[in-house]
Amino acid sequence: MTTVLRPETPAQVAEAVAWAAADEAPLELVGAATKRGLGRPVQAGHTLDLSALYGITLYEPEELVLSAGAGTPLAEIETALAGKQQQLAFEPPDLGPLFGAPAGKGTIGGALACNLSGPRRIKAGGARDHFLGFKAVSGRGEAFKAGSRVVKNVTGYDLCKLLAGSYGTLVALTDVTIKVLPAPEKTRTLLLVGLADAVAVRAMSRALQSSHEVSGAAHLPAALAAALPVELVARAGDAVTAIRVEGPGPSVEFRCAALRRELADLGAATEELHSHNSALFWRGLRDVAPFVADRQTAVWRLSVPPMAGAQVVTTLVAALDVLGKSQYFYDWGGGLIWFALPATADAAAETVRGAIAACGGHATLVRAPDETRVAVPVFQPQPEPLALLSRRVKESFDPRRILNPGRLSAAI
Amino acid sequence: MRMPEPDRDVLARRAQIAEDLRRIVPGEGVIVDADERRPYESDGLTAYRQSPLVVVLPSTTEQVSQVLRYCHENGVKVVPRGSGTSLSGGALPLADGVLLGLGKFNRILEIDFENRCVVAQPGVTNLGITNAVQHEGFYYAPDPSSQIACSIGGNVAENSGGVHCLKYGLTTNNLLGLEMVLVTGEVIRLGGKHLDAEGYDLLGLMTGSEGLLGVVTEVTVRILKKPETARALLLGFPTNESAGDCVAAIIAAGIIPGGMEMMDRPAIHAAEAFVHAGYPLDVEGLLIVELDGPQVEVDHLIERVEAIADAHGAVAKQVSQSEEERQKFWAGRKAAFPAVGRISPDYYCMDGTIPRSQLPLVLKRMGEMSAHYGLGVANVFHAGDGNLHPLILYDANKPDELEKAEAFGADILKLCVAVGGVLTGEHGVGVEKRDLMHEMFDEIDLKQQQRIKCAFDAGGLLNPGKMFPQLHRCAELGRLHVHHGQLPFPDLPRF
Repeated sequence: MTTVLRPETPAQVAEAVAWAAADEAPLELVGAATKRGLGRPVQAGHTLDLSALYGITLYEPEELVLSAGAGTPLAEIETALAGKQQQLAFEPPDLGPLFGAPAGKGTIGGALACNLSGPRRIKAGGARDHFLGFKAVSGRGEAFKAGSRVVKNVTGYDLCKLLAGSYGTLVALTDVTIKVLPAPEKTRTLLLVGLADAVAVRAMSRALQSSHEVSGAAHLPAALAAALPVELVARAGDAVTAIRVEGPGPSVEFRCAALRRELADLGAATEELHSHNSALFWRGLRDVAPFVADRQTAVWRLSVPPMAGAQVVTTLVAALDVLGKSQYFYDWGGGLIWFALPATADAAAETVRGAIAACGGHATLVRAPDETRVAVPVFQPQPEPLALLSRRVKESFDPRRILNPGRLSAAI
Repeated sequence: MRMPEPDRDVLARRAQIAEDLRRIVPGEGVIVDADERRPYESDGLTAYRQSPLVVVLPSTTEQVSQVLRYCHENGVKVVPRGSGTSLSGGALPLADGVLLGLGKFNRILEIDFENRCVVAQPGVTNLGITNAVQHEGFYYAPDPSSQIACSIGGNVAENSGGVHCLKYGLTTNNLLGLEMVLVTGEVIRLGGKHLDAEGYDLLGLMTGSEGLLGVVTEVTVRILKKPETARALLLGFPTNESAGDCVAAIIAAGIIPGGMEMMDRPAIHAAEAFVHAGYPLDVEGLLIVELDGPQVEVDHLIERVEAIADAHGAVAKQVSQSEEERQKFWAGRKAAFPAVGRISPDYYCMDGTIPRSQLPLVLKRMGEMSAHYGLGVANVFHAGDGNLHPLILYDANKPDELEKAEAFGADILKLCVAVGGVLTGEHGVGVEKRDLMHEMFDEIDLKQQQRIKCAFDAGGLLNPGKMFPQLHRCAELGRLHVHHGQLPFPDLPRF
């Protein structure tokens, strides 16, 4: 039975963590607790719930900056931004439903702590790239700050980068400042129908090598395309490769037409999604919608060099064939692979990591039962000097290992 | 500026250390002769000079690893150096420290257009990367003004920016992977051709760490296709306020220009006198706004920016009609530093960032400071992101002028922090702004930063004396004072 601590001020967070440090009482950190299933399970007697650190404290659209309590729901921030035709350019996914939690509940602190980024990662950067400053409490129980509220700053170490993707193992975030950007006036998505994976990856690479500022490049095999709630995609009856361009109206039309022309030699049938359907389509991909319904599958997320994507999938599909049918789709021009396979005790971890050993990259076991995520490393294991360095970094913030102990690895 | 007291024992071992290093880096790679060490005694912050103990110029990662291991085992400090263009003294040598030059790491290792990246050794220049890929129409986006000379490894150490970084990001946003050597000699690889870190984002932490955490031996950066076209507007305003308001309105309208630069009256006059770019001389603020992308987009946005400029009272307006004219608009801005160098024997370049809305106040206060110190100041400003480069005019041959210029500069930076900005936007802390860190950070903030340094370099051997105003021993920093007590705030709901 865990006790939930729900501090209402940064000072109370410091108080709670100082108490935990003194008593060596591990804390599980949560915002809205939508991604509890993500990461290695944490054994902690107490939960530190940061959802009461709530509210936008500064938003200056013309300075491209917004500050908020770490527990502020993303949905609230996105609504405020939409009111000024702005957005979070890193397109944070809502992974709640993937873990059986309700949609639309995740917090800004959670998105940053997990460094979650959507399809636009390839053009606009990830959560890490938009994280400008923070106030936080370290595992020592000390309130401190780093970064700032200006978009260009090199004063001191860039601790925002270090915290993005630290999964609450270094600090409890209390306030965050992020860079925001104008929302595009218009969006178009070019669909290429019926390409084999390897051809699709090359097509996406060509699109991304062009000067057309592609802001999304994904490929879905026929079975997954058919299940998407976007009519043009669902009734394509075949694999769909999607290439997104965004910007001022005349520019978007020009670039979409140019891409269509430049990729005509592939001989694929083409379609175009306009703004509304584009938004639906990319939101589905962003939130890994194809794998939400069947909770029985284990879900992997692989980040690899884009051109290696198709080969990695071919290797995996062949090796995992004995387990039953696996499903997958590509984002980030082939560089991000979402892969679902029938659940097994070890989620085929060795096979999955073996498949990327040659090309480089990392594989994260995003969804699997708790026992599996204890039995196999959720995050890519590191070579020893790097693993030891990471442990020393952890100790420099949290010497008694009280913040989300074990979340990143058994040692961290 | 006080540097740590040199270690007499190490100074006495100079010859032995040089001999030991020669076993690792044979031949001309170890420089011990006083005259030959002289070219290394300063970087781009030329007011400070110090001859290093020994210069070592390795050419392989294995040599870097062995040099660092040797220095670590023998308690010898190490200052890494790329091209030595730092404007904050990041590569300022130490009398008792080995200067580790990466200049021989000057090869492009791989160009991978399909994955849109380049793998390069750290001594390759920033422009060298663009030069290697421009035949296919690609370029490397961050473009610090020293790009012809500065090294990509140095760019990583300083997280260098440039005039295009509002739209295209700083070094950290364009970096995919590193190979680096820890002070213990261990070689680690971070990232690669894929995106995002596995585990802690040490790639992000390394970027901008000013040579205090490790020595970079290989860099993988993202490259982009050059925009189809670019056009620029030259806009003159009767006041700095109206120029600043115009910048805010452009961004509020959802337009992120490829570049958006501002100059104040002294900078405009100095630049125009030097390169005759056709700048209007009867304005207080001049904006260069560059739009890049497909022709149809650029033409569309030029029209919108023109309308915004008109609405904000622009009194001079030119739109580039040719590539030649666009280059001409930029010529004055790009020559602003040497132009100021023509009107003053010396100048001191500052680098604060402010929330842009504070610009009129900051310029007004800067004018008052200028009168107080009796030193002129010209301002160039990366207007889109609020990064201000005041150039303080002084004469190093006049007694006390350097000190006055430094005091003036410190006052400007304190003001930047006071209005919600920061000490440095792209030049780094180095030795220059080290003692101002308390303006932005309290003791707890700084100690947490130093604990990270301890995680990488417990002996404090890598580039000591930079970034942190006070050095603490790692054992002291690591100590945790605990106060046992009750579970706090028992009256709060706990479910």
